[in-house]
Amino acid sequence: MDDLRELYQTTILDHNKSPRNFRELEDANRRAEGYNPLCGDKLTVTLLVDADDRVEDVGFVGSGCAISTASASIMTEFAKGKSRAEIEETFERFHELLTGSPSEPAEAPELGKLAVFAGVREYPLRVKCATLAWHALKAALENREEMTLVKTE
Amino acid sequence: MSVASLDVESVRRDFPILSHCMRGQPLVYLDSASSAQKPRAVLDAMDELYTQGYANVHRGLYELAEWATSHYEGVRDKVARFIGAADPREIVFVRNVTEGINLVAHSFVRERLGSGDEILISAMEHHANIVPWQILCEQAGAQLRVAPIDDRGEILVEEFEKLLSPRTRLVALAHVSNVLGTVNPIRELIALAREREIPILIDGAQGVPHLPVDVQELGCDFYGFTGHKLFGPTGVGVIWGRLPLLDAMPPYQSGGDMIESVRFEKTTFAPPPHKFEAGTPNIAGVIGLGAAIDYVNGLGIRNIAAWEHGLLEYATEALESIGKLRIYGKAKNKAAVLSFALDGVHPHDIGTVLDQEGVAIRAGHHCAQPLMERFGVSAMARASLSIYNTRDDVDRLVRALHKTLELFG
Ligand SMILES: Cc1ncc(COP(=O)(O)O)c(C=O)c1O
Repeated sequence: MDDLRELYQTTILDHNKSPRNFRELEDANRRAEGYNPLCGDKLTVTLLVDADDRVEDVGFVGSGCAISTASASIMTEFAKGKSRAEIEETFERFHELLTGSPSEPAEAPELGKLAVFAGVREYPLRVKCATLAWHALKAALENREEMTLVKTE
Repeated sequence: MSVASLDVESVRRDFPILSHCMRGQPLVYLDSASSAQKPRAVLDAMDELYTQGYANVHRGLYELAEWATSHYEGVRDKVARFIGAADPREIVFVRNVTEGINLVAHSFVRERLGSGDEILISAMEHHANIVPWQILCEQAGAQLRVAPIDDRGEILVEEFEKLLSPRTRLVALAHVSNVLGTVNPIRELIALAREREIPILIDGAQGVPHLPVDVQELGCDFYGFTGHKLFGPTGVGVIWGRLPLLDAMPPYQSGGDMIESVRFEKTTFAPPPHKFEAGTPNIAGVIGLGAAIDYVNGLGIRNIAAWEHGLLEYATEALESIGKLRIYGKAKNKAAVLSFALDGVHPHDIGTVLDQEGVAIRAGHHCAQPLMERFGVSAMARASLSIYNTRDDVDRLVRALHKTLELFG
């Protein structure tokens, strides 16, 4: 059970049960759908960004496992008020945290709450779950098109 | 007949992998519907081929080549007997059932399918028995029709019958559903198609490992299965077809081994089955498949079916005793496959917790997304039971599911 608690931290379980910003923004000016072809999980991220690509509001809807739901939820909390550059930078760090070698200590103070996902590095098959929402967010920021289908790596 | 007897402890000793651990715990392998584990006899047969009798088949004039060829062709005879084919020439070796279905799509259905024609499948098909037909239909301007199923997971026979039309050029059905475990009443469904002279293909990927199959008695036109689900190696499968049909069909792939004579002006093809086996085949795979069939015959397919049935009943009751668990697939006639959901826990999370407990199950869409949609979910968890599984395995599954609920509760 201990190993599982490493993966399914209390924060993750909490966000899975009651995801934050779980809605579609009515006034969204960006949106993207993240789709994981491996498992069929889908989620949609909607954004309201200002003229400088700063995220004013963000929501997500969809269904997925605890890791992908909690990751999307915590991501929306993080992304609010952030610039596109800050988000992309953090996503890169986050990705490094998830794919780092399990033998190295997973220290990422700069990631704050996002660091609860460090346990995922022990489960390479689950990395995609944790990054699905981020891929969708990134696509939404990059793309002005209404819909972007994102396949995770 | 004697009472079903399968000495499961002795069976377990035949499978070297079962003495290994997963995540530090004795392995409970409940994913045989995805791919079955291999008995020592299969590994030995392949090893023996490579160490003692290996050469290319259908070519060499020396003893080794003769040995390899006769063993390779011997497996064809064995497969023919195993599924009740009238003639070993009706047995075509392919990579897997997916390739077998594609062969029939390409060489049999394509030229018969015109604009406005139809192909009929069911709502519980594996992607392998959907996508090739979908592509053919798109190319021909034909329609893919889907026979519906009820909430228990049984094909609605009346609806199926209504969907058989003068435009139906092929019916393609799973013998046994890989998700719901439903054993389809294919004898009855085949008869309905044949009354109307509609050719019918059966995807036997999940049939052959669990049930006695006699293709002549069934009356279908094509029957396919895949070796790796039958305790054989990966990379080998079988498509059986009636000889007159195979005879009339154009080749699927072309090259060496499938010709009678080649001149630059014109090539004539070998008769079936070789017409459909272009290039050097998976010789070791075929040899391994032969050993797998011997293994299954040694246990007795009826004993296997009886053992699995007893286990299925035990497991169904055990899973149903878990509150918050819902089983998908409650057909009256069912193979040992249990798909389920736990309230509030995504199947992937179930899979991860069970993995940690040493229990291997499948979680996902099981290559049957339209079926997932039919039941309104994006994924299911699935435990499939085989000859080497025990009540103990089921108990460990149940304990691990309780842990899952504890964690996510
Ligand atoms: C019913 C059914 N059909 C087809 C297949 C495809 O088998 P293969 O991948 O060996 O071609 C499977 C295996 O997953 C199956 O369960």
